[in-house]
Amino acid sequence: MANSRTDAVRSYPGFLWWGLGQATNGGLSFYVWMFVLTAISLVGANAWAHQVAEGMILTNMTDHVSWGLYIANFTFCVGLAAGGVMMVIPAYLYDDEDMHKVVIIGEAVAIAAIVMCTLSVMVDLGRPDRFWHLIPVIGRVNWPVSMLTWDVIVLNGYLLINLHIVGYLLYMRYLGRKPNPRWYVPFVFLSILWAISIHTVTAFLYCGLGGRPFWNTALLAPRFLASAFVSGPAFIILVMRILRITTGYSAPPGPARTLIQIIRVSMTINLIMLASELFTLFYTGGAHSASAKYLFFGSHGHFGLVPWIWTAIVCNLVGTALFFMPNALERGSIRIVACVLCIVGIWIEKGMGLIIPGFIPSTLHEIVEYTPSLVEWKVTAGIWAFGFLLLTVLLKLIATVFASEKSGTALERVSE
Amino acid sequence: MTPHKTTNGQDPNESANRRSAEPLLPILEAPSTRRTVLKTVGAALGLAAFGEALSPLMVVPENMSIDEFLQQHYKELSDDDKQRIFSRLEAETKERFGAEVKIVDPKPIPGVRFGYAINVSKCNGNGKCMEACNRENNHHRGVDQSYIRVLEMSKGSMDMEHGSTTFDHTVPQDDKFYMPVQCQQCDNPPCVSACPIEATWKEDDGIVVVDYNWCIGCRYCEAACPYHARRFNWEPPEIPAGEVNPNQGYLSNRIRPQGAMEKCHFCLHRTREGRAPACQEACPTGARVFGDLNDPDSDINYVLKNKRVFVLKEELGTKPSFFYYFDS
Repeated sequence: MANSRTDAVRSYPGFLWWGLGQATNGGLSFYVWMFVLTAISLVGANAWAHQVAEGMILTNMTDHVSWGLYIANFTFCVGLAAGGVMMVIPAYLYDDEDMHKVVIIGEAVAIAAIVMCTLSVMVDLGRPDRFWHLIPVIGRVNWPVSMLTWDVIVLNGYLLINLHIVGYLLYMRYLGRKPNPRWYVPFVFLSILWAISIHTVTAFLYCGLGGRPFWNTALLAPRFLASAFVSGPAFIILVMRILRITTGYSAPPGPARTLIQIIRVSMTINLIMLASELFTLFYTGGAHSASAKYLFFGSHGHFGLVPWIWTAIVCNLVGTALFFMPNALERGSIRIVACVLCIVGIWIEKGMGLIIPGFIPSTLHEIVEYTPSLVEWKVTAGIWAFGFLLLTVLLKLIATVFASEKSGTALERVSE
Repeated sequence: MTPHKTTNGQDPNESANRRSAEPLLPILEAPSTRRTVLKTVGAALGLAAFGEALSPLMVVPENMSIDEFLQQHYKELSDDDKQRIFSRLEAETKERFGAEVKIVDPKPIPGVRFGYAINVSKCNGNGKCMEACNRENNHHRGVDQSYIRVLEMSKGSMDMEHGSTTFDHTVPQDDKFYMPVQCQQCDNPPCVSACPIEATWKEDDGIVVVDYNWCIGCRYCEAACPYHARRFNWEPPEIPAGEVNPNQGYLSNRIRPQGAMEKCHFCLHRTREGRAPACQEACPTGARVFGDLNDPDSDINYVLKNKRVFVLKEELGTKPSFFYYFDS
């Protein structure tokens, strides 16, 4: 027994290599998909390389608006990663059998989203060559005071936890062994708390800044969580639909229904909090509402974000209304449209609609507008493409392991 | 322990034996099918394309020595380390800007805590302080900025929303008053709390400094500062050789690298040696008062005791060492 265990541990790299081989098998459309994603990733990598060599001047950020599309996208991706926990909670806390079968999809989405977060922060650094200064022990981290240090720690911790859970469960299935709950259930519960912490800490990053009244609100962290519990599940519903079309794997209908119920509640809470935020800002007025005024109605002849935020409001309201239609609980196009609308709405509301107005007007009340440059769009598209690439490989790996389990262990298929 | 059964009921030892015969990386010994060959070709092409995409990065190692890459935080440097680093930086400045410079590192004077005050009744918005700052502190000429922003405010309001920093008419205007804003050298600095890697800190004489060679350029401090006092180096700096100020402090006015933050440091390479900050020296109206807050007889303490003094955004609790006052 001890022998076979050491043997199993030793061949984990072998399992990963086998998995990579399996996950890169597919038909023509699969290769086209992977080729396109690789191409977009490379365009992004190239744009980033130019940005490092020639300076952040290639972005449209300024000393007035010193964070832009990268950090906006980062904020959304943290939400996506945290949102995956909405499959874990029903599966493990409420022992939802059907959810248990598909919960690994949520964990895969979380892994890909966290990698996208890390990349979004990396590309925002003026000196990525000094990245090692952030690593505890060899660098010099400002812990526990700096919220950014906390964020780096919790994001990497969340990545490790999810890699462990997904890796362990898949490896056990590959070996044809029953996973030992002692090796993963504690980590699953840890990941639930951790998912909430990553988004709370990310909100604290902004709302802890007294000099930015638009962010300096206690509602920010709850709003982040509520919107994450919409965008995460909505994204997962889309992924499950794509899996059904491309692999023919049909998940039981229960999990998607549960997710839609979660979205209904979360989105309602999110909209109530947004409304109460807007009431406080606009009814009170004064300097605190300057950013909101710029965001929603424009200010002193500047209207850069007005189309963005109204697009988001419309997407969110229509998406929410669609989610509340009884048909949304059935398979069909309504829930897909609703998911897309809510994802787009939240991406704007939490990204461009939250990060940028924090800087407009500036702390000395100057108004300098910001629109992302082509380099920023390329880099962001590259990060998304890489995220999809990673997610595709993870899902293929999962699907292969699950499929091979039905027809004998994966191991035997390989050694035959 | 009960013997473990695989799903099809095989004896575990047998399957373990089979497993150990299996190579660690199965694909290496697999027969080379058409698919594996194609995959290998695809992976090779992908890697080549990745290398090509990242090729602009090749200039980075050309411009950066191993010593620079591995340089430790300022507070961990020995005196020998510092001398070596200063010589390296001096040589690089010579090479890149064609200027002979001397980099020094004056320490805080024990017992001294610097404070600065501006007489809002006297300041007339002429902007000489900004020009002096630009020259003294070797600012990148491409953006022509300084560590000071002069706000033109409307009389009758202290609301910065009615202020402007981009005025270009003759000054002073009758219905305006002028309020220069620079780093307030807070006693409770939000920028220092924000920095994830302690690249910025408050020195014993109250000056908040940046280790330009440790900063990773995340710009969180810039978001945290309520006074817009911090600047980022968005591009490689350019200064004509003749305009480079050769008297440079490591933590103050040496030419900053691309991708790092910078800020007002009360001209510590001057003030720690008993000289006035460049902006005070240049001010033609006498609106600027600089001195030691710990010295009861200093000019700054006279102002604090006898004038109607205020600080910016006092409600934020940043505790500035920078004050504003009116004559009458």
